Amino acid sequence: MEIPYTVTARPDTGLWNAKVGIWLFLASEVMLFGGLFSAYVFLRLDADPGAWPHGLLNVPVGTMNTAILIASSVTVVMAWASLKMRKFRAYWWYMLVTILCGVIFLAVKLVYEWPQKFDHFGAFIKKDKLEKYEKYLGNHHLAEKGLAPRTEVSGHLHNKEALHDESVKEYEIAMDPVNADPTNPAMDRPHFLYVPPTDKIATIEKEDVEYANMFLPKHSAYFASYFTITGLHGAHVLGGVIVFTYLWLPVGTKLYKRNPEHLANRVEVAGLFWHFVDLVWIFVFPLFYLL
Amino acid sequence: MDASSGLATHPHAEHDPHGHDAGHDHHELPFWRKYIISTDHKVIGIQYGISGLIFLFFGFSLMMLMRWQLAYPGQALPLIGNALGNLFGPGSMPDGKMTPEFYNSLGAMHGTIMIFLGIVPIAFAAFGNFVVPLQIGAPDMTFPKINMASYQAFFIGGIVMLTSFFVPGGAAKGGWTSYTPLAVIADKGPTYDPFWNGQTLWLVGFIFLITSSLLGAVNFIATIIQLRAKGMTWMRLPFFVWAQFVTAFLLLLAFPPLESAVVMQLMDRVAGTSFFMPSGLVVNGQALHISGGGSPLLWQHLFWFLGHPEVYVLILPGMGIVAEIIANNTRKPLWGYKSLVFAALVLGFLSFIVWAHHMWLTGMGSVVSAFFQTTTMIISIPSVIILSAFFISLWGGSIRFNVPMLFATAFLPMFGIGGLTGIPLAFNSADLYLHDTYYVIAHFHYIVAPGTIFAVFAGIYFWFPKATGRRMSEFWGKVHFWPSLICMNIIFLPMFLQGMLGMHRRWYDGGQGWTLAGEKVWGLSGFQWNTPISIAAWTMGLAQIPFIINFFWSIKRGQKVNDNPWEATTLEWTAPSPPPHGNFATTPNVYRGPYEYSLPGREADFTMQSEPMTESDRKAYEAAAAAGVH
Repeated sequence: MEIPYTVTARPDTGLWNAKVGIWLFLASEVMLFGGLFSAYVFLRLDADPGAWPHGLLNVPVGTMNTAILIASSVTVVMAWASLKMRKFRAYWWYMLVTILCGVIFLAVKLVYEWPQKFDHFGAFIKKDKLEKYEKYLGNHHLAEKGLAPRTEVSGHLHNKEALHDESVKEYEIAMDPVNADPTNPAMDRPHFLYVPPTDKIATIEKEDVEYANMFLPKHSAYFASYFTITGLHGAHVLGGVIVFTYLWLPVGTKLYKRNPEHLANRVEVAGLFWHFVDLVWIFVFPLFYLL
Repeated sequence: MDASSGLATHPHAEHDPHGHDAGHDHHELPFWRKYIISTDHKVIGIQYGISGLIFLFFGFSLMMLMRWQLAYPGQALPLIGNALGNLFGPGSMPDGKMTPEFYNSLGAMHGTIMIFLGIVPIAFAAFGNFVVPLQIGAPDMTFPKINMASYQAFFIGGIVMLTSFFVPGGAAKGGWTSYTPLAVIADKGPTYDPFWNGQTLWLVGFIFLITSSLLGAVNFIATIIQLRAKGMTWMRLPFFVWAQFVTAFLLLLAFPPLESAVVMQLMDRVAGTSFFMPSGLVVNGQALHISGGGSPLLWQHLFWFLGHPEVYVLILPGMGIVAEIIANNTRKPLWGYKSLVFAALVLGFLSFIVWAHHMWLTGMGSVVSAFFQTTTMIISIPSVIILSAFFISLWGGSIRFNVPMLFATAFLPMFGIGGLTGIPLAFNSADLYLHDTYYVIAHFHYIVAPGTIFAVFAGIYFWFPKATGRRMSEFWGKVHFWPSLICMNIIFLPMFLQGMLGMHRRWYDGGQGWTLAGEKVWGLSGFQWNTPISIAAWTMGLAQIPFIINFFWSIKRGQKVNDNPWEATTLEWTAPSPPPHGNFATTPNVYRGPYEYSLPGREADFTMQSEPMTESDRKAYEAAAAAGVH
């Protein structure tokens, strides 16, 4: 006995099986990312006032990635519609564009955005030593303006051996503009465009430092949630790309020749997943890049 | 209800013209395709069932070991102590004496294995897989390959959990709840290996188990929505199917937040993040070199967001099994079918908004507490409706006390005790005293052990003839039942006393070192009660031997029976025993509700769902409608 309703809809529910399945799966995915986003909210509410970082991510690059994902969501719908109209050639091209969009998105994340962070360094100054590094932090200036104090000096670490070598007693940091010129009113708000570190060097004694690390997940609650959520999101993008590639390869062509509706259904299901992945990014982008 | 309200089915309409009809004949499948990587829902159900039973007994064995330490703290375990010490490595039981670390491992793994590798796979995955497609008249699950993947993910998860006993430092020690920050810093000594340690493997194992349950849950819901036979309307589904339907939704939606929490704890352990690690943490007199800024309470929220629905994942399938067996053996329709269905749905919904009643001691504030106390009170209503409906179903029936029915009847008072003793825990003020005592242990074990596990046994005895074509021995079933029932109560009733005396659930020495443990109840002090409890636990271990022998012996030698040995009404009993691949020779049609026992005007006292309406039936239904009976 064959399992019914694999391709055609069951009359009383109006759905074929995989469509029910994917919606249920997406419901579960909502809860998965919901758990992570609520963790983000929890951690952010718990953080000291003013301690949550802003402006660390590259907004134009993030915006470009957002546009790429949205474009791919459009092309995957076009691919599905082409199949419905039995235009296989158009399907093939739209699907290729979708796959390329996914690959570009991942490449931007993995080759450009993440490594740039891994290469960045930040040292949190102990509460009672903040005064000592006033020239990098500019907290008097911030207090006058009623803004929350800064506790971190960040930039490129010159003496990388300081991370592991106990005999090195200080960090030498080529400072970010915010620490190089802390009283400049332009630094009161995060930059919209990415500004690279300056060549002004700050020397910070290790014993004055509460905690210091590269911009890795363990750097702070902010980067922990950023890397975990974008990492999991990236894994979903990768999953989508793999499924699309499978449907685009000759396997898909064969299925199309046998039963075009079946291939259209598969593209529809994979497309629904893709829209969900897109939607998650629509939450990730403002939460981490803009807010 | 009218039979024509079903769907017009033409299952072969989507056959493609170039056909793969040749794939129909599955007889010459090799052994490994048929039993090891099968996509047949019945084989997968049996795989889940047997693996689950093995894990259940293994988890119980861990507890039997702990019971020695609780009754005779610090003494060497005779006979097998040394052998176990050698098996589990130097940190476990040197000279047969249990170390505190090993005791903690046993406790954590007992909980984890019993719940996630024992009960859920049996009550939900095994029974659900085997019975649900048969009961709704489907040829298989909607996604057979995903079904197979679900079992394989479960199996890998189980292997990972078992492996963790043999890595340096032993299995996870943070309790089955893995509360942070303890769980994050566990095993992080000088020889810490980021992957090969108990807690990390526990987390990795969980990712596999959650994946497995996700795949299973999607499959169950899609199957029940899409593959009901013609005429099988929603209100004609057996209650068991409804129970599994709600359970699947709980697994689908409650498990992912735990998965996110597991991923975050894994990041905390492996990548050094501080999701659950607060600032300023000092361990062994040294400040931890972490960023801090995390929240231990966040873990508790995410854990119990699964943890509480999980309780209903454990109990709902049990209720479903008991419903089938009670209706069958009282030979009358289940009382209040509609109330049962809606109670199960309400139960499922409410179970998502009661979780923080596990966290009264965290100081969430009175507003949050008031909300969760209220919802916790409300959720007892549907539970009571379900239990009451079962009790009322017994009323006036000429009950057949066969082995499934014995277990099903025992379920009722046992679950009742478990449920009612939960009410004091639902109140913030009473819980301050009872929290983390043996009272809590007794409360939830009454629900899960003599509750769900008895329902599971009932189900095994009940559906065994469908799976094998043979019946299990009634005599040895009773030899299994009575000692189990008596031992269960000797084990868990005194724990209420111990808990009310104030004995903490995680004491390694059974309360021996606690001065107030000297207070006597019924002639024994809180500590001394450990001895009868432990003896009852070991006796119950022995009482499972008749079951194990009966189970395997009956597969080959049990009494042969026809397709419907219990004279039941639901669709699974119209299929051959054991059902072939594809289940039914012809697609069944459904004409009536699931519990048409003792229908007036019929010769037999059971009328199957697939039997067409007769004139006398119509009169009987009209008379019932006129009398206001549903």
